[in-house]
Amino acid sequence: MKEKPDVLQGTLALMVLKTLDVLEPQHGWGIARRIEQISGDLLAVNQGTLYPLLLRLEHEGSIASEWGVSENKRRARFYRLTAAGRKQLQAETRDWEQTAAIIARFFNVKAEDLS
Amino acid sequence: MRFLRRFRIRFSNFVTRRSADQRLQEEIAEHLAFQAEENVRAGMAPAEARRQAALKLGPVEAIRERHHAEQSIPFFENLLFDLRYAIRMVLKSPGFSVIAIGTMALGIGATTAIYSVIDATLLHPLPYPNPAELVRVQDDLPGVGAHGVGISIPEWRDLQASGIFQSVALTGTGANVNLTGSEQPLRLSFKQVTPNYFAVLGVSAQLGRTFDPNDPTPGYNLEVVISDGLWRKEFGADPQMIGRVLRLDNDAYRVVGIMPRGFRDQGSTSDEQNVDLWLGAGFTGLPFRPPQRDLRLASRAVIARLKPGLSIAAAQGHLDALVDTLKKQYPADYPAQTAWTVRLIPLTETVVGSIRSSLILLFGAVGLVLLISCVNVANLLLARASGRGREIAVRQALGAQRTRLIRQFLAESLLLFVLGGIAGVAILFSAQHFLLRLIPESLPHLNNISINWGVLVFAVAVSVVTGTVFGLAPAWLMSRFDLIGTLRQEGRGSSGSRERARARQTLVISELALSLVLLIAAGLLLRSFWDLFKVQPGFNPNRVMAIQTWLPGPNDPSADIYRSATQEAVLLREILRRSRTLPGVEEAAVGDEAALPLGHGQPGRLPLIREGIETKDNEAPVINSPIVSPEYFHLLSVPLLRGRLFNDQDLEETPQVAVINQAAALTYWPNQDPLGKRVRLRLDGRDRRASSTPPWTTIIGVIADARTESLADAAIPQIYRSIYQRPAKDLAIFLRGQLDPSAISSQMRTQIQSIDPELPVFHGETLDEVLSESLSVRRFSMEMVAFFAATALLLAGLGIYGTISYVVNEQRREIAIRLALGAQKAMILRMVLRRGAGLAAAGTGLGIAGALIVSHLMSGLLYGVSPTDLPTFAGFTVVLTAVALAASYIPALRAMRFDPITTLHSE
Amino acid sequence: MDKNMQHRANVLQGTLDMLILRTLVYGAAHGREIGKYIQRTTNDFLQMQHGSLYPALHRLEKKGWIVSKWETAPDRNREFKYYRLTEKGKKQLVIEESQWKQMAEAVARVMWPAGEES
Repeated sequence: MKEKPDVLQGTLALMVLKTLDVLEPQHGWGIARRIEQISGDLLAVNQGTLYPLLLRLEHEGSIASEWGVSENKRRARFYRLTAAGRKQLQAETRDWEQTAAIIARFFNVKAEDLS
Repeated sequence: MRFLRRFRIRFSNFVTRRSADQRLQEEIAEHLAFQAEENVRAGMAPAEARRQAALKLGPVEAIRERHHAEQSIPFFENLLFDLRYAIRMVLKSPGFSVIAIGTMALGIGATTAIYSVIDATLLHPLPYPNPAELVRVQDDLPGVGAHGVGISIPEWRDLQASGIFQSVALTGTGANVNLTGSEQPLRLSFKQVTPNYFAVLGVSAQLGRTFDPNDPTPGYNLEVVISDGLWRKEFGADPQMIGRVLRLDNDAYRVVGIMPRGFRDQGSTSDEQNVDLWLGAGFTGLPFRPPQRDLRLASRAVIARLKPGLSIAAAQGHLDALVDTLKKQYPADYPAQTAWTVRLIPLTETVVGSIRSSLILLFGAVGLVLLISCVNVANLLLARASGRGREIAVRQALGAQRTRLIRQFLAESLLLFVLGGIAGVAILFSAQHFLLRLIPESLPHLNNISINWGVLVFAVAVSVVTGTVFGLAPAWLMSRFDLIGTLRQEGRGSSGSRERARARQTLVISELALSLVLLIAAGLLLRSFWDLFKVQPGFNPNRVMAIQTWLPGPNDPSADIYRSATQEAVLLREILRRSRTLPGVEEAAVGDEAALPLGHGQPGRLPLIREGIETKDNEAPVINSPIVSPEYFHLLSVPLLRGRLFNDQDLEETPQVAVINQAAALTYWPNQDPLGKRVRLRLDGRDRRASSTPPWTTIIGVIADARTESLADAAIPQIYRSIYQRPAKDLAIFLRGQLDPSAISSQMRTQIQSIDPELPVFHGETLDEVLSESLSVRRFSMEMVAFFAATALLLAGLGIYGTISYVVNEQRREIAIRLALGAQKAMILRMVLRRGAGLAAAGTGLGIAGALIVSHLMSGLLYGVSPTDLPTFAGFTVVLTAVALAASYIPALRAMRFDPITTLHSE
Repeated sequence: MDKNMQHRANVLQGTLDMLILRTLVYGAAHGREIGKYIQRTTNDFLQMQHGSLYPALHRLEKKGWIVSKWETAPDRNREFKYYRLTEKGKKQLVIEESQWKQMAEAVARVMWPAGEES
């Protein structure tokens, strides 16, 4: 459906990790809402893809989850970052910055640089 | 490393997938609840809030699928998923599943059964290593219309030295020998073979050894190799068997080896394949005649193993060159007019030649049954599709991809077909003892017919291939549901359903057509069989029994107490005298095995030298030459046309006389009176006094033709001689009267053995049995094809019943409206029946066309009935149409009983 | 380090279409030139393997964003397949560029929420 699921996947994971870093523990819907609130006008976040991503991150050991009760008394699964997740967040943040810089430079290249 | 880690994760996901999937669903549900709650807070109505939440999340089914595709090993994953789904669906409608599986079990089981026969006969006819190298060498004299005239010893040596073959073996065609010295004299089937015989076949003994291929003994080497069966049956699998001495026809042979279990001799008759003893012989010294180039051994077979890598065509080329050289070298021995040729025939061919067409016909028939079963199941699947329209539409709406749907339906049909296959093979397996008994003993097979790995692989392949092919079309059509239309109207009248209806009608038409082809084929075979069964054989087999015995023929002629006809006559007259005293016996006669109508193996064929026409036996045509006692013709009610029959004055010392049949008279003395003509019959190698020229034999009588060789052959030339002039070793005693078949054999044995206790008595059977046995392969294929045709008819009936029911169900609204508007019930009935008749007409039309093709292909198997026999075609067309109409009648009755009000209300 | 590079490369790989289109803004180029250019400009983070470049070129061509033509290279005596941006491709590049910027902005907001106002 998406032509660049990698980009989306990669960046969505980053955003999820960051969100949990700020707002942990948080349940799935909370994460989705937070990302949407902050970036919703810029990015169409497909909420449906969030849950498979959470499953994957947990499998990879970056996040952990447990059942809890939400503010409005709903049973929900709450996620938090693990130590490995925190490290991954740092690494991925750095990566992202570099990637963004590379792309930015790419767009700034002048015609004469092409030989 | 990374790859490994990912694989580990994927694998663990694969294993724990169920829980992951569950969790995913839970969380999505949770999410929807949160979102809905918030939407309510924002002022939406609860239902709208839920709807908006779902819309925002996106298609759940697609998310799950993508998650699976990404997270685990997609192929296996999906396979398991589909399989689970398929199992659920199969269990959900057990009635449907049982019918589908049962139908396929029938189709695949029957096909596998026939395949197992074909596997053992046509595909693996020779249980010897490198069977492609094995050939039979056949000498023909096309110039005089003689085939299979046999080979002379010098020719055999030429072949051995030709460089074409690794080795060339001479064999007898199988004969009987008496094993004496045990409790009861036994008649056993033996074969004299050159010592290299087993080397040619490439089989060694399980115990002891086979003959030394280079054994130079000219006559019998007095060594015997015995079969595993004989070893177990008669000698209790005695491990000390090697070295024991057996008395065979009063000669002492030392057992040197025991062939492995399952080893059967090659040969085209069951007699030959039941050989229990192999005697090594050089065929050049006593009791055989000294080698002579023009002395052909007509009853010898030659089998040879080609040099590796040499094709039969290439070998034939070399051989033709050799034949040309020999003709030039020995012009006197190979007169030009005989056009001597030597042919190489793949040994496979000689084993299966006669039954190939029958088996292919059977396979074709069973293939049609399989096809009809498949069509029926495909039809059922389509029928069910309409019932599942809603389910499919809902799944599509939830985002399931079309390919996924197709795959799932395919998995379902594959599961049904494979389960059918398993059930079919299981039934086959448990019933194999019963089924094997249906196979006639005369069906040549050297291998045991069994359900082996090859057969199982075949069954699996058939299940999978048919499941894929016949599952694909329904799956395709089922996945093409018009989403909105289906959800709105439950699949009725949508374009997808119309397409399916058309597909179903096509399927039913083809089912009917295929059934008709089978029915007509079965009908033609049945008529052929019936004609043969009813044919006047030219002799009267009623109330006649034949009981066989075997006079020993020791290698030293002087030790033979039945050496001359006069000596043997004493025994025979005594046997006949005593036979007539047995209860119920009205007439008795005696003859050699060749005189046993339809019951003998290879007939004894001798070169016929007519006075003034041929001078040497290798220019002469060969002729069947039974030996009989004077009473024989009367006992079998074969009428004399001209001249006289034998009488008691025709004795060894009186001039030799012979009686021929009408066919021989017409063939060899066209437009002449054969009476008084003189002939010489060259004798075969076992005759010890053959050094001199055989005496002239005068034709004294002509009898009517009788079908003694094959019921399908009206007339084959025969020349009969009197047993009181020509001694014979292989005797059949014919008795006519009110006989008790169960008692007569033992009474006969007592009588014969009180004359000579060394004589075995065996194989007592009525001529009716012999006659019926001679039709066994035909009967087998006729019965099988008839069974398949009946099955096909049943399946086709079910198919058309299902389709018409479906059509009626589809049109129940229309019918109800018509009824409400005052239509007559009879009109409704007509309307539905017309539908059935239309299908039947299309099916029978196609079927007749197909049957015409098939009947011409199988015309070689027909007897006395034309491949376009009108009564058969018309009759079965009527039968099929009747079945089709009857099958439509039941749903038509149901349609008539629709209550307009309830039907319309229920919509 | 190694792992990180790989990770970044993955993200970049996803933007490959965009990078190719961008590369062709200034004129036609053949496959090797495109590959070398992208590799150089991304500081070798994006290892240009034929395995990914050529399928991408093919994909873009099928979508009608670029066209190809066999031409002789100016300095060499052999033919190369030259790729050129189409009008449609130019529009696509604008769309992808703005999408990328939006996404980068979105990520930035999530990553540095405090700096939203800046």
